[in-house]
Amino acid sequence: MIYSAIVLLPLLGALIAGLFGRLIGDRPSEVITTAFMLIAAGLSWFVFIETGFAHDATKAAIKVPLMRWITSGDLEAAWVLRIDTLTAVMLVVVTTVSSLVHLYSIGYMHEDDSRPRFFSYLSLFTFAMLMLVTSDNLLQMFFGWEGVGLASYLLIGFWYHKPSANAAAIKAFVVNRVGDFGFALGIFGVFFAFQTVSLDEIFRQAPDMAGKTMNFLGYDVDIMTTLALLLFMGAMGKSAQFLLHTWLPDAMEGPTPVSALIHAATMVTAGVFMVARLSPLFEQAPMALEFVVLIGAVTAFFAATVGLVQNDIKRVIAYSTCSQLGYMFVACGVGAYTVGIFHLFTHAFFKALLFLGAGSVIHAMHHEQDMRKMGGLRGKIPITWAMMLIGTLALTGVGIPHVGGFAGFHSKDAIVEAAYAAHTPGNYAFWLLIVAALMTSFYSWRLMFMTFYGTSRADHETYEHAHESPPVMLIPLYVLAAGAVLAGIVFAPSFIGHHLAEFWGTSVTPDKDIMHHMHEVPEWVFWAPFTAMVAGFGLAYLFYIAQPELPGKTARTFRPLYLFLLNKWYIDELYDFVFVRPANALGRLFWKGGDGAIIDGTIDGTAASVGWATGKIVRLQTGYVYHYAFAMLIGVALIVTWFAWPAGIVK
Amino acid sequence: MLTAVFFYLFAVLAIGSATMVIVARNPVHAVLFLILTFFNAAGLFILLGAEFLAMLLVIVYVGAVAVLFLFVVMMLDVDFAELRAGFINNAPIGLIVAGIVLIELVALFVTGAAGGLPASIPVPAPGVETLTNTEQIGRVLYTKYVYFFQAAGLVLLVAMIGAIVLTLRHRDGVKRQSIAAQNARTPATGLEVIKVPSGGSVFPASEGPR
Amino acid sequence: METLAAFAPALPEIILAAGAMVFLMLGVFSADNARTGVFIGWLTVLLMAGVAIMIGTGGAERVELFDGAFVVDAFSRFCKVLILGAAAVSLMLSFGYFERERIMKFEIPVLALLSTVGMFMMVSANDLISLYLGLELMSLALYVLAAVHRDSLRSSESGLKYFVLGALSSGMLLYGASLIYGFTGTTSFTALASTLQAGEAAQNLGLIVGLVFLLVGLAFKISAVPFHMWTPDVYEGAPTPVTAFFAGAPKVAAMALLLRVLHDAFPGMLFQWQQIIVFLSVASMLLGSFAAIGQTSIKRLMAFSSIANVGFILIGLAAGTQYGVSSVLIYLAIYVVMTLGSFAVVLAMRRANEMDETIGSLAGLSQTNLPLAVAFAALLFSLAGIPPLAGFFAKFYVLDAAIKAGLTPLAIIGVLASVVGAFYYLRLVKIMFFDAPGEAFTQAEPAVRWVFTLSALLVTFYVVYPAFLLDAAGTAARALVP
Repeated sequence: MIYSAIVLLPLLGALIAGLFGRLIGDRPSEVITTAFMLIAAGLSWFVFIETGFAHDATKAAIKVPLMRWITSGDLEAAWVLRIDTLTAVMLVVVTTVSSLVHLYSIGYMHEDDSRPRFFSYLSLFTFAMLMLVTSDNLLQMFFGWEGVGLASYLLIGFWYHKPSANAAAIKAFVVNRVGDFGFALGIFGVFFAFQTVSLDEIFRQAPDMAGKTMNFLGYDVDIMTTLALLLFMGAMGKSAQFLLHTWLPDAMEGPTPVSALIHAATMVTAGVFMVARLSPLFEQAPMALEFVVLIGAVTAFFAATVGLVQNDIKRVIAYSTCSQLGYMFVACGVGAYTVGIFHLFTHAFFKALLFLGAGSVIHAMHHEQDMRKMGGLRGKIPITWAMMLIGTLALTGVGIPHVGGFAGFHSKDAIVEAAYAAHTPGNYAFWLLIVAALMTSFYSWRLMFMTFYGTSRADHETYEHAHESPPVMLIPLYVLAAGAVLAGIVFAPSFIGHHLAEFWGTSVTPDKDIMHHMHEVPEWVFWAPFTAMVAGFGLAYLFYIAQPELPGKTARTFRPLYLFLLNKWYIDELYDFVFVRPANALGRLFWKGGDGAIIDGTIDGTAASVGWATGKIVRLQTGYVYHYAFAMLIGVALIVTWFAWPAGIVK
Repeated sequence: MLTAVFFYLFAVLAIGSATMVIVARNPVHAVLFLILTFFNAAGLFILLGAEFLAMLLVIVYVGAVAVLFLFVVMMLDVDFAELRAGFINNAPIGLIVAGIVLIELVALFVTGAAGGLPASIPVPAPGVETLTNTEQIGRVLYTKYVYFFQAAGLVLLVAMIGAIVLTLRHRDGVKRQSIAAQNARTPATGLEVIKVPSGGSVFPASEGPR
Repeated sequence: METLAAFAPALPEIILAAGAMVFLMLGVFSADNARTGVFIGWLTVLLMAGVAIMIGTGGAERVELFDGAFVVDAFSRFCKVLILGAAAVSLMLSFGYFERERIMKFEIPVLALLSTVGMFMMVSANDLISLYLGLELMSLALYVLAAVHRDSLRSSESGLKYFVLGALSSGMLLYGASLIYGFTGTTSFTALASTLQAGEAAQNLGLIVGLVFLLVGLAFKISAVPFHMWTPDVYEGAPTPVTAFFAGAPKVAAMALLLRVLHDAFPGMLFQWQQIIVFLSVASMLLGSFAAIGQTSIKRLMAFSSIANVGFILIGLAAGTQYGVSSVLIYLAIYVVMTLGSFAVVLAMRRANEMDETIGSLAGLSQTNLPLAVAFAALLFSLAGIPPLAGFFAKFYVLDAAIKAGLTPLAIIGVLASVVGAFYYLRLVKIMFFDAPGEAFTQAEPAVRWVFTLSALLVTFYVVYPAFLLDAAGTAARALVP
C-alpha cells in the first residue's frame, strides 16, 4: 500500500494537474502536485529506514504486484514493484529532490502562465523515474526509462516558443535514442539468452551463463560481455557519458528546477542505477566492466576540462554533473557498486543544491546566466551565497581524511580509493580521477568567485535590482544544504562502511575484495584528492581574486588549447561532420533517388493497378438481387467442385 | 415395392411442379403449381407414416398460405415478365452453374462416394410403435423440444411485430367504429327534445346553421 | 420448483425474452409517440446492461440444458457479454437519429432485444435445430430493422434485399443441415462430434457437401466473400444506427456460432473445413480491401471494411487451434469497439438536420471539429493496424495463430491485404487533416460523443493493459478447444 502510494501519487498528481489544470487553476495544481510529492517523500524515508536499517544481511526484495501486463508466449512481464535497499535509496533521492524542486518551482515559475502543465510534467517525470527504480523486470525498467526520456523531452522544451529550447529537446531525445537502441537490443538479447526478462530469474541464471558464447552473424561472441555492453550503451546515453554526453549541456535550455531534478539528481543517474541493479549480470562480464571504468574515467576527466572554461553558470554545473557521473561509473566498473550508489546519493543533494542555488542567482539577475556579467553578488543575495558555498564545499569534497567532512568528501574520496585499489593498467583511472578532482575544485571556485566576488560586471540597473529569492525557494535550499553537509558523515558507515552487508542485503552484489582493499590503500592515496582539492582552490583564488588579469593572459598564451576546451573538444562539430551531414546527404539521396524515382514510380504504378482492380470489383456490385444470389450460387458451386474434383466425381 | 412407386411418383411430381413455379409465365399458374408441390410433399409425409404433418401441410400451407398468395397475386397487378427480363439474360450462365452443381450432387450419390454411415441410424424411443404420430409429437413437443417450440414462438412473434411495424399506419381523418362509445349510448345522450318555434326549422344542436 | 431451478443457466435468455414482451405491452398501451420509444429504448439498454453484469459475474462452468440443445460455458459467456455491449451501445447511438428522422417507435428497441435473444441462442446452440432457430430469430428482426424507415425507398429496398437473400442463405443452410442429419442421424453437436471421430466418416463426401452448404449459410451472415453481396447495399440503405447495430452484435454472434459449430460438432473434419475457411478468408480480405478504395459513401466503405475484417477474423478460425479461437475472440472484441466508434463518427456527420455520409464531407474536419477528427483518426489508424493501437494487436494475434498452425501463405496474404486496407483508412485521415475544410458539422448528441471518445481511448490505450482481454479470451477459448 505504502509502496504503491509512493509510485502512484505522482501519477495522480500529474493527471490532475495535466487534465484539469485549466479547470482548477494554477495555484491548486501547484499545491496538489507538491503535496502529493511531499507525502511520497515522507513515505519514501519511512520505507528507506525500514528497508535499509532492518539489520538483516539476507533480506530479500519485497514484491508488490500491481497488475499483469504482457503475456505472449514465453514473454511475461507484470507491473510489480520491487522494493529492496537499492530501490529504497533511489526512492528517497527521487522523491526528496522532486518534492523540493516542486516547492522551489512554485517560486521560480511564478511568472509563467502555463504552470499546471509544468507541474504536471514534473510529476509525470517523477512517476516514470519511480517506475524505473522499482522495476522488477527489464521491460518495466524500459517503460520507466522511456517515460523519463519523454518527460525530459517535454521539460527541456517546456518553453517551446524558444527555438533553442526545441532544438535542445530534440537533441536530448535523439542522442538518448542512440543509447536506448543499445538498451533495447540488450533487453532483446537478455530475453534471447535467458528466455525471461524477470530480474530474479536473470540473476539466478547469470553465473551459469558466464563464458558461454553465441553465434552472431557468423561470429562467436561472449554472451555476457555482449549483453552487458549493450545494456551499458543505454546507461551511457541516459547518464551522458563520453561520446553520448552532447545533449546534457544543451538540456540547460529547460527551466532551472528541471535541470536540478532531471539533469543533476535523478534521470541522469538512471544509468548508474541500472548498472548497480544489474550488478549480478555485469559481474559475469569482466571485459564489459573494464569498459565501464574506461568510459567513466574519461568522462570524469573530459567533462572537467570543458567545465574549466565555460561561462554559462548552468553549463558549468552541467559539465560538473557529467564529470561526477563518470566518477560513479568508475566505482561501478571496479566492482564497488555501493560506493557508486553512495556518490549518487550524496551528489543528488549537493548538485541539486547547486542548481537550485544557480537558479536563485539567475532569478535574482533577471534570467541572466552568463557569469561574465555577474560578480559581487555576495552582499546582495547572502543566503544564496551561503547555500552555494555549502554546495561547492560538498562538491569539491572538503574534509580531512580519517576525520570527516562534507558529503562529497566521503563518497568521492571513496571512489578515488576504490579506483586505486582496482589497479587499472598504469592506474590510469586513479590518476584521471585525481586530475579531475583538481579541475573540479578549480571550476567550482571559479564559479563562486566570478559570481559572488569582485566587482559587479552586470549593468547597473540589474545589479541594483538583484534581490534575494522568496522563502518558498529558499526552504528547499536549506533542506538540501543540510543534506550536502550531513549525508556523507551520517550514512557513510551504512553505505560503504562496516554495516555495508546488512544495509544492502541482497540488493547489489559488491565485489567483496574491492570493498576490503579500498580501505587498505597507502596513506598518500587518502591525501591525494585532498591535495588536488586544495590545489584547485589555490589556483582559482590566484586566477580570479589575486590576479584577475591572469585568465585572459593564459587564454591568449594557450589559445589553441583554450579554443579546444571552449568548443567542448569539437565533439559536436565532429558529430555534425561524421553523422549529421552524411545522414542528410544519404537522406537526400534516398528522397530524390530512392523515394522519388524508384518507390514513387512503383507505388504509382501499383496504385494505378489497384484502381483498376477496384473499378472492376465495384462494378460487380450492381444492386440487382438476382446478381447477388447468383454470386452466392457460383461460390457454392466452386466450393463443392473443389471437394468433388479430387474425389473423382467430376472428371 | 408399391411404396417405392408412390415415392418416385410424388417426388418427381414435386420437383416438376416446383420447377414450374419458377418457369410459369403467369403468376396465378405459378401459385397453383406451388399448391401442387405442397400436395405432393404431403403425399411424401404420408408415405413416411406422418399423417399428422401431411394434414397440417394441406390445411395450413394449401388452405391458408397458398390461398393468401393467390389473392395477393390476383389483386396486385405486377408485371412479372418485366421483372424477369434480367433473369432471362443471365439464364444461360445460370443454367451452366446450376447444371454443374446438379451433376456433381447426382454423381456424388450415384457413385456411392457419399454412402450412409451405418453406425448412425437414429433409434426410435421404445414403445413408439404403438402410438399414433399425433400422440408422438404431442409427447415430445412440450417436453424434449420445449426449447425449440418456444424459440419458434419467438420467431413468429418477431414476424408479427415486423408486419405491424412495416405496414400499420394510423391515418388521420378516417372514421372508425368505437364499440365502447356505441354501447355507452343511452336514450339520454341520444335524444334531444326541441321545441319547434312556429315557422322555424329543426336542426340538431351540433349542426345548426350559424 | 426443482425443474424451474434447472432452467437457471438459461436465465439471461429468459429475462431478455420476457423483457421484450413486457416492453412490447408497455409500448402498445402507452401513447404512440417518440417519447415512449426513447423511454423503452433506455429501459432496453438498462436491461441489457443488467444482464451483461449478471452473465459477467456468473459462473463459467459448462452446463447443458434442454436435452443438450442449449449449452452455457465460458465461451458463450464471453460472446454474450460482447454481444450485449455492442447491442446496447448501438441502441444508445440510435435514439437521437430516429427522433430527428421522426421514425422513433418503441418496436425498434423491442426488435433489437428479440434479435439479441436470437444471437444468444446462436452462441449457446448445441444442436442444428437451435442453431437454425436462433439464426432465424436474429435475422428476421434484422430484416425488419433494416426496412424500419418505411417511407424511405432505400431503407425498404435494403430490407427486402436482405430478406430475399437471407431466405436463400437459410435455404442453403437447411439443405446442408438436412444432409448432415441424413448422413449421421443426429442433429446434436455432441453426437456429431463423436460420430465423426472415426476417420472414414469424415471422408464422406455427402457429409462434406452438407458441411459446405451449412457453412455457406453462416458465411452469408458474417458477409464473407462471395456471400457478401448484400452487405454494401444494406449497410448503405438501412438507417445509420441500424447499420451500426448490424456491424457489431450480429457479426459477433454469427462468428461465435461458426466457431461453435466447427469446433464442437466438426472437430473431426478440420482438414475439410479449414480449406473452405481459408478460401472465404482470402476472398474476403482481398475483395474487401480493394473494393473499399473505390467508395464515396462512408457507410459503403465501412461495409467493405467489415468484409475485409471478417476475412482477417477467419484467418484465426482457419488456424483451428485454441490459440486461433482466442485470437478470433480478441479480434472480435477490438473490432466491435472500432466499428461502433466509427459509426458514432458517421452519426456525427450531420449538418443541421441533414445527414451527409459522403467521404468528401469529412474534408478538413480537423479544422472544424478537432476532437471528432482526432478520435476518428485514432480509430482509423487502429483499423489500419498501426501499432501500438488495439487494431494492430488484433491482426497480430490472428496472423500469429495462422503461422503457428502452419498457414504461413495465408498470413502473408493477410499482411498484403492489410497494406491495401491501410490505404483507404489513411486516405480518410488525409482528407480530414489536409483537405480544405467545408461547413462544420452540427454538434452531435452526448451519447454519440461519448461513444466515439471512449472507443478512441480504448483502442489507443489498449496496450497499457491488454491482459484483461487476453485472459478472458483465453478462458473462453479453453472452454471451446480443450
